[in-house]
Parts: sequence; structure tokens; C-alpha cells
Amino acid sequence: MMVRPLSSFRPLTLARMLATTGALALVSTLPAAAQSGEVNVYTYREAKLIQPLFDAFAKDTGIKVNVVSASSGLEQRIKTEGENSPADVLLTVDIGHIDEAVQAGISQPIQSETLDKTVPAGLRDPAGHWYGISMRARVIYASKERVKDSAITYEELADPKWKGRICIRSGQHIYNNALFAAMVAKHGEAKAEAWLKGLRANLAQKPSGGDRETARDVAAGKCDIGVGNTYYWALMNDNEPDRKPWADATRVILPTFAGGGTHVNLSGVLIARHAPHKANALKLVEWLVSPAAQQMYADMNYEYPVRAGVAVNPTVASYGALKPDTMPVSAIAASRKAAANLVDKVGFDN
Amino acid sequence: MSIVRGRRRERSWGITTVVALALATAALVAAPVIAVVALAAQPATELWPHLVAYVLPVALRDTLALLGGVGVVALVIGVGTAWLVSSFDFPLRSLYVWLLPLPLALPTYICAYIYVEIFEPLGVAHMALARTGLDGAAAFLPNVRSLAGAILIVGIVLYPYLFLSARATFQTQSAEFAEAARMLGARPWQVLRHVSWPMARPAIAVGLSLIMLETLNDIGATEYLGVRTLTVSIFTTWLNRGSLAGAAQLACIMLLMVAVLVMIEQYGRRARNVAASAESPRLAERRRLRGSAAAGATLACALPVMAGFVMPVLFLAGEAWHRNIGDLGSLMRDSAHSVVYALSGTAIALILGPCIALAHRWRPQRWLAHLLMIAGTGYALPGTVLALGLLSPLVAVDEALNAVSRAFGGPALGLVIAGSGAAIVIAYVIRFVAVTSGFAQAGFARIPHEYDDSVRITGARTQAGLRRVYLPLLEPSIWGAAIVVFVDCLKELPATLLLRPLNVETLATSIYQYASRGSFEDGALAALIIVAVGIVPVVLLARLSDSHARAADKEEAPQAATKFSSSYASATV
Repeated sequence: MMVRPLSSFRPLTLARMLATTGALALVSTLPAAAQSGEVNVYTYREAKLIQPLFDAFAKDTGIKVNVVSASSGLEQRIKTEGENSPADVLLTVDIGHIDEAVQAGISQPIQSETLDKTVPAGLRDPAGHWYGISMRARVIYASKERVKDSAITYEELADPKWKGRICIRSGQHIYNNALFAAMVAKHGEAKAEAWLKGLRANLAQKPSGGDRETARDVAAGKCDIGVGNTYYWALMNDNEPDRKPWADATRVILPTFAGGGTHVNLSGVLIARHAPHKANALKLVEWLVSPAAQQMYADMNYEYPVRAGVAVNPTVASYGALKPDTMPVSAIAASRKAAANLVDKVGFDN
Repeated sequence: MSIVRGRRRERSWGITTVVALALATAALVAAPVIAVVALAAQPATELWPHLVAYVLPVALRDTLALLGGVGVVALVIGVGTAWLVSSFDFPLRSLYVWLLPLPLALPTYICAYIYVEIFEPLGVAHMALARTGLDGAAAFLPNVRSLAGAILIVGIVLYPYLFLSARATFQTQSAEFAEAARMLGARPWQVLRHVSWPMARPAIAVGLSLIMLETLNDIGATEYLGVRTLTVSIFTTWLNRGSLAGAAQLACIMLLMVAVLVMIEQYGRRARNVAASAESPRLAERRRLRGSAAAGATLACALPVMAGFVMPVLFLAGEAWHRNIGDLGSLMRDSAHSVVYALSGTAIALILGPCIALAHRWRPQRWLAHLLMIAGTGYALPGTVLALGLLSPLVAVDEALNAVSRAFGGPALGLVIAGSGAAIVIAYVIRFVAVTSGFAQAGFARIPHEYDDSVRITGARTQAGLRRVYLPLLEPSIWGAAIVVFVDCLKELPATLLLRPLNVETLATSIYQYASRGSFEDGALAALIIVAVGIVPVVLLARLSDSHARAADKEEAPQAATKFSSSYASATV
């Protein structure tokens, strides 16, 4: 009989072998039995980026932090997991997901004097279901060469003088969604719609990419101003040599609402309703607003700390003094759907 | 007499097992689909006028344009290059056989990021032009962040599905017919049009439908490039319009599109009426190209390899080079997780997929065929929707386990399945079993029905028949499926992201975290590892189908089967 190459690999046998390996490997990843010195965090902030903070917490308290991160669906996961859910703490990077989580009934009220004392009233839920732990502002990246303005209002972005000069990412992205929702909360749907139409008419190109691409487009001359978050510019300027030219060609203007302040979004935190390690969860949440943690947050992530007396990172401070708008977060959250619908209606992304 | 009856019973037991496994697979795939449909059954009536007026027209337009465009790009590149390398000899041909499938190893969204990085203003291409004083030429560089850009990028990454499936038939099945046609004086393109293409149609249908489904499923690349597909709309409906029910309803529309695609694929397969001959498959005689024709063929094969593989990988390598390696330990752990999950998913899909194909073959009733069609729909669910749909059935099983444990005085077990890597593996199986069953069905289609009869006549047990007749003949198809599924599992992102247990990262989730922070180059090394791990099986596949074809050329397959029946008969009597 002729020898046929590879006929010795019987797929079925191989498959069986692989299945056994797989089964063994799976058993090894089974959830560790609940231990006292642990806390489980579901986070929208990328696990790897927040790890240094959790390492510091573990060093301070001896409590190990287990992490899983995702970009969407964590509320739904916790809700579906039900009372067996291992989730203790949910960490978000915007108000939308906090709102979803509270609406889904997966949070529980926190009673903590420390938290109530540290976090300003506008940056937490009156009922104690969630607390803000840091802020970022949605601002303007302006071309150093082609833009002389030093102040601008969000309302002015719809002014025809900016025709063909503005770049922005998708109107459905959570950061823009929150900004547009704030506009709806301030001026009502009809005015917000007219504003959104005007902004759309001023766009230099169809919305796409992220905030970094927006800075790049301004630097490359595709447009003169772009809308982006505060920390992206700082990251490009301080940490990313490849993108330093994009930061160099632009400067940050802190815009305001007419007669108001700058639009900020929150990183928020809440304790899950069925948290198996509730005491540790509370310790973690309180630790996150401690001076040391807030300073780490400010320097690692280039965000604005919520705790008074913690220094803003120098690069972020160079934008000028931030005066956050006073519109309650709950009002912005309540307008999110309306904002999303307006984006569809005016064909913002098309 | 009693012996014969015993054998019969055993054989039907085997068939029953296969059919039962196939139905179980369909049920497994149906679970998340049913969960999604249940979600969709909740009213979201106030949302629909809005969706119909403002969202659906754009979503359907962009989706269809993307599907059509990607289909054309992939057909031209995939089938074109497959035809070139199997019909002609030209410089570097044997190298291209290996190189052309490689873009498969790149995750689509990584490729999208790289293309933007290279071709957008201030990118590598513009800088290079500026440095050489050719600034004017920059105006001719493509605008990557557009529908056309998305079509080109997705097409360039996905064409290997077609290359692989088309080449397999070009080089074996249709070779003799092509030769006959050539001897009768047909020109090469006439052979392609009248012989090779019609004969390769079932395989092309499989490859094309895989590409369409992958395209439908993509969210990372299309969203980044500013294309508003149905999948993107599902996400915004769920996240911003705050309606999971509405999102589920949109997902159902997408399932309908998938059902249509699957039916087209089935139809494509049926349309083939040249019955598999019992003749041995032979390798095609390749015609040697000379002069400009040879140069043209070499260039035509070089372009997709450069665009889909060499350029992105060089870019990643460059980025990885001038960055810190970072935490090598965690990189190794992530790789291990990726490989273990992908291998487990592949192994299970490799067992269940052929069961579906076998059930089709041995029990060709219509009701069964309809039920089994469900098994193909998992491929179409957007990963996140699949993950959400899968969670509730898994949690239900876990809750039952906990109840049982408590009833017997045992400890609370927690989420044994939903909270462990098992959830990810199950999601992989649900998504990719359609691939293994598709490949297996295409493979079975090439096995003449007489073989079934000769196995039956000898009274061989089902299992033995499987092992000694079908498996050797199916081997290339099964390996092809294994490789596609393995690489797909490695690249799979949304379901992995949402279902993974605490403290577990895979290569894909780790890259994604950098990318979602806007600095995907920091994940360049992890991306290179995915590519490297993906290359191994892809190269193996190219080699395997070569050696298999060569072996088949030497040893007459039907004779082997005859040999088998006679030796098996004598051994069992």
C-alpha cells in the first residue's frame, strides 16, 4: 500500500485530543471560589489601563481586584447573571452607561459619609446609586494657524462662519451623544435640532474615526476646528511621539454653553445589587476618591479629579481653568434618547 | 442471521447518534437566536416609525452596498488568483500558493486602522510623497474613511475564503474537464467561463457566503470608517436609543438577510449537476506563461498579497519595533488563553459540523434539512448580540446546577458555565459550526453515493465506514474548515469581550483595549502574534491541499475504496 502523507493525522482522533485539552483548560479557568480578600470589578475603562490603580489598592488594603472589561453590554451581563453574578463594582467612562445600569435595576444605594463629603453634589446620584470619580470635558481642538478665536460657545458651532471647517466623530458615539443630550436639556428638542442641522452643515467631512483622527484632520488641514475630549490631546502631546505633531499643530479651547459652563462627562462607579463582596466593594469605591487615587487618576488618565484640592495634570491645566456646566447629570441622561433620535433625524452621520 | 441483525442495529445506532448530535447542534445555535427573538417580541412600537424613516434606509443602503462591493472585490481577487495559480505556471507561482491565503490571519478592524494610519493625510504615504517632492500626487491617494475604503479593505482581508475554496476545485475536480476543453481548442478564458467556473460554483458559493456573513458581522472596521451598516445600527439602537428590544428586532432583520444568503448558497450548490464522478481527481496540467503574460500574472498575484498582508504586517512590525515590549508575561498568558479557547472551539465545531453534513446525506428528509438550517444562522448573529442571547440560557443552566447542588446539601456553585471560559467556547461553536458543516457538505458533495452503497454492502459499521472511507476523502475539506475556524476564533472579538471570565484577556481583547483607547499601535506586538499564530495553519493548509492532491494523483481513490471493502469484508467475516 502506498504511503499517503498525513493520513496518520486522523482528524477525529485529533479533534478528540483537542477537545480533551480544551476541557482541561476550561476547568482551570473556572471561577475561583468566593474569597474574602477579593473584589470583582466590571469596567468600561480598559482593564490594562486601570490595572496600576488596582495594584495600588491591593497594596494598600490587601484586597485583590479581579477585572473584566468590555466596551458595551456590561449592564446587560450583570442583569442576566442575576443573583449569582460575581460583579461587585461597575466602573463606567460616561454617564450613559451609569444611567442604563441604574435603569436596569442592577445597582444598590451606597451609604458613605466619606463619599458624600468628597464628591460634589452635582457629580453623584442624590439617592446614592452612583458616584462620579473623575471628569473629562468635551472641547475644541483648533488649528493654531487658521483659527484666531480664543473663546467659543457650543452654540456657535452651528454658525455659518464655520461652514466646511469642522471635524467630529460619529454623532452616535457616547461622548457626542452626551454633548448633544446636554444641548437638548438646555434648549429643548426643537432648538437642539436646528443647532444639530447647522453643525452638520458646517462639517468638512462625513463623521468617522475617533477624537485622535479629529486632531489629525485639523493638523492636516482637512478642517480648522474639531471636537474632542480633553485627555486625548494631552496623551498625544505628552506620551505619543508619533502624534506629537498633531498636538503641536492644534491648541485646546475650552468652549462653554452660552451663559453656562463647559460640557463634562463623568467616569462613574456603582455597587452591584447582588455584590458578593459588598464590604470590599465599598472600600474600593471610597479608596477611588482618596487623594492618592485621585492624583493617580489625574496623572495617568489626564482627567479632572472630583476631589477638591487634588492637582490637575499640568498639561490639562494649560488649557485654562475648567468651569463645568451646572446642568445636572440626571437631566443630561434623561435627554440621551432624544439626542440619538435627532442625530438620525438630521442625518448627522450620513 | 443474528450477526447480521446485530450489525444492522449497530449501524442504525450510529446514524441515530449522528442525527441526534446534528439536532443538538441546531438546538444549541437556536438557544441564543430564540433568546434574541424573545427580546424582539417585546414591544418597541414607538421606535419603529423613527427607524423606518431615518435609520433603516441608510442602514440597508450601506449594508447592501458594502456586501455587493466586498463580494465583487473578493470574487475578482479570490477566484482570479486561484485560477491563475492552478491553470498557469509563472514566476513565483508556488510561492503565491502559500502567500495568497495569508491576509486571512489579519483581523479586519486592525487592517482598517493600519490603512487609515498609512493613507490619511500626515500618514506614511503622504509623508513619503512630500519627502520626494511629489506632493501633488497626494491628491490621488484614496480616502480610506469612506464606503469605498471599507469595501476595499474588507475585500482585501476576506478574499482568501474564496481563494481557498476555488483553488481546491480548480486544481482537482475541474482539471480533467478543463484539459479536455483545452484539447478541443478552447482559449484559457473560455475554459474558465464554460468549464472551471460552473464546476467550481458550489465551492465559490460556500466561500462567498462566508465572506458575506463575515462582512455583515463586522462592526469594528465599518464603524471606524464611517459606514452605517445594519450592525452599527443595532448597536446604536441598543446603546443610545436605549432599546434592547428594538436592537433585537433589527437583529432579526439581519437574520433574515442571512437566511437569504444561506439559501442562495444552498441553491448554488444544488445548481451543480455534474455529478461527482468516481474517477480519481487529478492535478491540473498547468500551462507555462511567458513574457508579458507571465509578468502580468506575477503582478496580479503580488498586489493582493502586498495590500492584504505584507504592507499591514510591515507596518505592525515597524510599530512593535520602536515600542517597549511591555509585560511579556501577560502577553504569553493572553496568547495561551487565545490558543486554548480557539483550539477547544475548533475541536468541538469539527465534530459537530460533519455530523450536520452526514445527517443531511443519510437522512435527506425535508423537515430535517429545515431544522438543520438553523445551525447555519449562528454565524450571522453579531458577536455582541450572540453573547447577550447566549447569556440567559447559560445562566439558566447554571441556576439549575446550583439548585441541584443545594438540594443535595452542596455548596453554591456560582456561574459554573456562564462565568467560565466554557461560555466563550460555546459561543465560538455556535458562531463557527456553520463553517465546518459547510466545508463538510461541500466535501461530501464530491463523494459519489456509490461509496455509501459499497460501505453498506460490506456491512461495515457506521463508525468504521466513517473512519476508513469518508474521513480520508473528506480530509482536505475538514482541514480547510479547521483552519478557517481556528483563525476565526483567534480573531473573534465581541463575544469574547463580553463573555470572558474575570482576569482573562485574549490577544484579541488586549489589542482591542489599546485600539479603543485610540492607540492601537501599542497592541502591535499582540496583533503580530495573532498574525503569526494564524499563519501556521494557513500555510499548513496550502501545503496540505497540495500534498493531498499529489497523493490522490498517484493513488487511485476509488481503487482504495474497493480495496478497503474487500479487505474489510474478509476481515469481518
